[in-house]
Amino acid sequence: MTTTTLAVLVPLLPFLGAAAGLLLGRTAPGYVRPLAVLPTLAAFVLAVVVASDQGGGRAIDAATRLTPTGSVPIDLALHLDGFAVLVAVLVGLVATCVQIYSTAYLRDDPRYPSYAALVSLFTAAMLLVVYSGDLMVLLVGWEIMGICSYFLVGHYWETPEARAASLKAFLVTKLGDVPFLIGLFALAADTGTFRITGILGAVANGGLDHPTVVALLLLAGVAGKSAQFPLHTWLPDAMAGPTPVSALIHAATMVAAGIYFVARLLPVFAQSGAALVVLAVMAAITMIGSGLAALAQDDIKRVLAYSTIGQLGYMAGALAVGDRGAAVFHLLSHGAFKAVLFLAAGVVIHAAGTNSLAAMSRMGGLAKRIPDAYWTMTVALLALAAIPPFAGFFSKEAVLVAAEHTALGDRHVAPVAAGWTVLVAGLLAAVLTAAYATRLWLLAFRGRGTEVPDHGRQPVAMTAVLWVLAVPTIAFGLTVGAITDWFDGHSLTPSVTTAVLSTGVGLVGGLLTYGAWRHTSALAARTPVGTVVAHPEAEPALVEAEAMTHHTAGYGDTPGTPDPADPGRLLLGPLHRHAATGFHLDALYTTLFVRPVQAAASLVRFLDREVVDTYVRGSGTGARWLGTAVRRAQTGNVQTYLSALLAGSLVLAIAAVVFANVNAGS
Amino acid sequence: MHLAYPAVLAALLFCTGLYGVLARRNAILVLMSVELMLNAVNLNLVAFDVWLRDTLHSGQALTLFTIAIAAAEIGIGLAIVLAVHRNRGSSDVDRLRDTAETDAAETLPGDEADEIHGTEDQATAPAGKAKKAEATA
Amino acid sequence: MTLAAAAAHSAHSGFLSPTGIEIAFVLVGIATLGAALVTVTTKQLVHAALWLVVALGGLAVEYLLLTAEFIAWVQVLIYVGSVVVLLLFGLMLTKAPIGRSPDADSGNRWAALGVAVAAAGALVWVVVDAFRTTWIDLDGPAQGSTEVTGTFLFRHWVLPFEALSVLLLAALVGAIVLSRKRSKEQS
Repeated sequence: MTTTTLAVLVPLLPFLGAAAGLLLGRTAPGYVRPLAVLPTLAAFVLAVVVASDQGGGRAIDAATRLTPTGSVPIDLALHLDGFAVLVAVLVGLVATCVQIYSTAYLRDDPRYPSYAALVSLFTAAMLLVVYSGDLMVLLVGWEIMGICSYFLVGHYWETPEARAASLKAFLVTKLGDVPFLIGLFALAADTGTFRITGILGAVANGGLDHPTVVALLLLAGVAGKSAQFPLHTWLPDAMAGPTPVSALIHAATMVAAGIYFVARLLPVFAQSGAALVVLAVMAAITMIGSGLAALAQDDIKRVLAYSTIGQLGYMAGALAVGDRGAAVFHLLSHGAFKAVLFLAAGVVIHAAGTNSLAAMSRMGGLAKRIPDAYWTMTVALLALAAIPPFAGFFSKEAVLVAAEHTALGDRHVAPVAAGWTVLVAGLLAAVLTAAYATRLWLLAFRGRGTEVPDHGRQPVAMTAVLWVLAVPTIAFGLTVGAITDWFDGHSLTPSVTTAVLSTGVGLVGGLLTYGAWRHTSALAARTPVGTVVAHPEAEPALVEAEAMTHHTAGYGDTPGTPDPADPGRLLLGPLHRHAATGFHLDALYTTLFVRPVQAAASLVRFLDREVVDTYVRGSGTGARWLGTAVRRAQTGNVQTYLSALLAGSLVLAIAAVVFANVNAGS
Repeated sequence: MHLAYPAVLAALLFCTGLYGVLARRNAILVLMSVELMLNAVNLNLVAFDVWLRDTLHSGQALTLFTIAIAAAEIGIGLAIVLAVHRNRGSSDVDRLRDTAETDAAETLPGDEADEIHGTEDQATAPAGKAKKAEATA
Repeated sequence: MTLAAAAAHSAHSGFLSPTGIEIAFVLVGIATLGAALVTVTTKQLVHAALWLVVALGGLAVEYLLLTAEFIAWVQVLIYVGSVVVLLLFGLMLTKAPIGRSPDADSGNRWAALGVAVAAAGALVWVVVDAFRTTWIDLDGPAQGSTEVTGTFLFRHWVLPFEALSVLLLAALVGAIVLSRKRSKEQS
């Protein structure tokens, strides 16, 4: 089979798996697990084959046109370059791991068949986005991901948090998708095609009339999908979904789609310096803000969610300085270690029976109960904090080097201002990243207090995938020399200055947190906090759902927990209160958008009920009254009828005569 | 002679008959008024026939036919009035109101409890009862 | 010739210089109309039938004045002789009250009056407007003598005449069927 055929099969197999899973889910429950795992696994293998076939050489393009659609044609096109094949491998790997993990994590869930099918469908959509060479087809996958994420985040729809979170995720991403769609049309109108190759060719010939407008419109969609400020607020709330969903959607794949999209169309964005500066500022705010917020969160998954936002900010920053190689490099390594973090967090929550870091810090021996999660999570946190020689170090270095080169004027793709913004924000965010990674590790695994009860060994399906994913987390960075050929070709190796600088500030952040923790952990024993779920022996998904419900009941609102033993509280000082709520952005949006919309909705409701319906009811009542009046005319008296008849014909006759005279006279 | 004289006389006679048809209560008086209207038409026919000097004399022939038909009409009409009078005990036109829209016409079969209002005319009362009987059947 | 005819017409067409026939026609017409009005307004039913006789008789005179002799006599024979007699029989058979009956007019009378007056106004206006200057030449041989009537009736109108006899027969049968008492229902 040719590479093209294999590449077509990669998105198609999970899609067929999803369709079969939805069809057979009720009638043949025995086939659900194979149908969930095997197509995704096959897609992963095929993606690897495609990647090795492509080999980082020239981009492979294939297209077929199903039907003419009017002025701008839409093709079923593949565009396989180094970025596409590598991202596809990552998506396949994470999706396979998540599917395997889910078989154990949701082993007793009655909705597992639909869940697995949706995950497969989601994987297919992401692979479609990755491989597609036509923006309209890409948009199809983009929107399928949106709707799948709505369903998956709302998996525990019995809880109000999950319902609200799924709606919020859907609405916020859609808010970005509207300008995104307009931007796509504007782009196609300027270049006359939806094909990525055609657009890039037109851009190279300077055929873009309004690059800034198009780029800013597209950036709105990217900000929504990739959770960049100011449309990032859906991602922390989306942690109300099951942990594997968080790992798949909100760490490794869906949020990566926005970054990947910009990477594909980077020449379009590079046409507009203003758009790049906007992207840089957006990335800087996102990086620092999310770092501060992550330091104040109590829910372990929310910490990871904010860290995802921050890492996506790094990728956006790399794009803002015009280095898509660095961005996708960080995307790949981040996908690997963030998947490890989320999946390990699922294990931690299951073992501890709570998702609250405050409660975990009062438990002893969690690390001994779940050694697999402990070790893999440690490795992944080191990668997150960009400590050499783990994957995160190299990819983050690539971003910082690109920013440094731009800032110092060695690279001319992006404005110098964008370079400085990204560099400074990246270094600040490196401190924060190291700080919250250390805090997470210390609170989760170095707690003191009663021993964690033994629930037996975690399922192999859950622990094995952690080790599988730990391999790229550790070793992926070392391929930095080889991987350069797959991307744009310029070097991604770290430079000494930035390496020392960022590792240094990272160590400073970590040590500061450690010191604060030493100072505050003594307080932990004095203020007992923490409730543990009632059914620790149940399946992990159930435990997590219960933990989320208990969290709200036990500690008030999800983000903030009054725990004096938290080192983040000491480090952030007065900022902690604001950081815990995500800097009140939700409240701000509630005031700015939700309330006016609700007021408008109630106004519309009022208008509909009282004004429009009045006319509707009035027409009914009028007809009824008219009917009553006409009924009254039906007296049964023939003479009355005849009088009316004759009077009418008389009027007609006179009218006819008069008009005839008038017309004759004129 | 001016044609206007017979024409105006015919018009006035016709309208007199019209008034009678619309205003008279007794059915036989209504029939009389109809005769007046027919005669007005006859007068018109004769006058125009004489004026036009038609060789076929259509006007006069039609007048004769109208008179014959009027005789037949009055015979049938009287027979109908007699039959109505025998059945209803009255030959008043404005009491023959079986086609009137009444509340009883709206009640569905099954609402047998609804009695007919006592204020109803004697002519309509049997009709209402007949309707009830149909509804029950 | 045409000029002379036109002059004759104009000479005859003045309303202020009526001929003797016109005077007679108008006088009889007024009597007829008055009798008709009494017919439709009187409160006494039998009087109405009798005033109808006057009106129909007046019409017969008008036919004579229009030189339609045969129709005049047929009018007297059939209307006055049979129709009014039939109506009187009808009044008797329906036990119509002798003397004044206060409810001879229905409640519809004012509407009827309005319609009738409006219709009369419209018709008279149109007729006068149309035939103001039209003249009937009554000279020459009578157009409605018995001889002429017999000639055209049995030369040109024989077939409708025969068909009319069938209609009369049907009316006869119908009247008998309608007015027969149904012995089954009575018992």
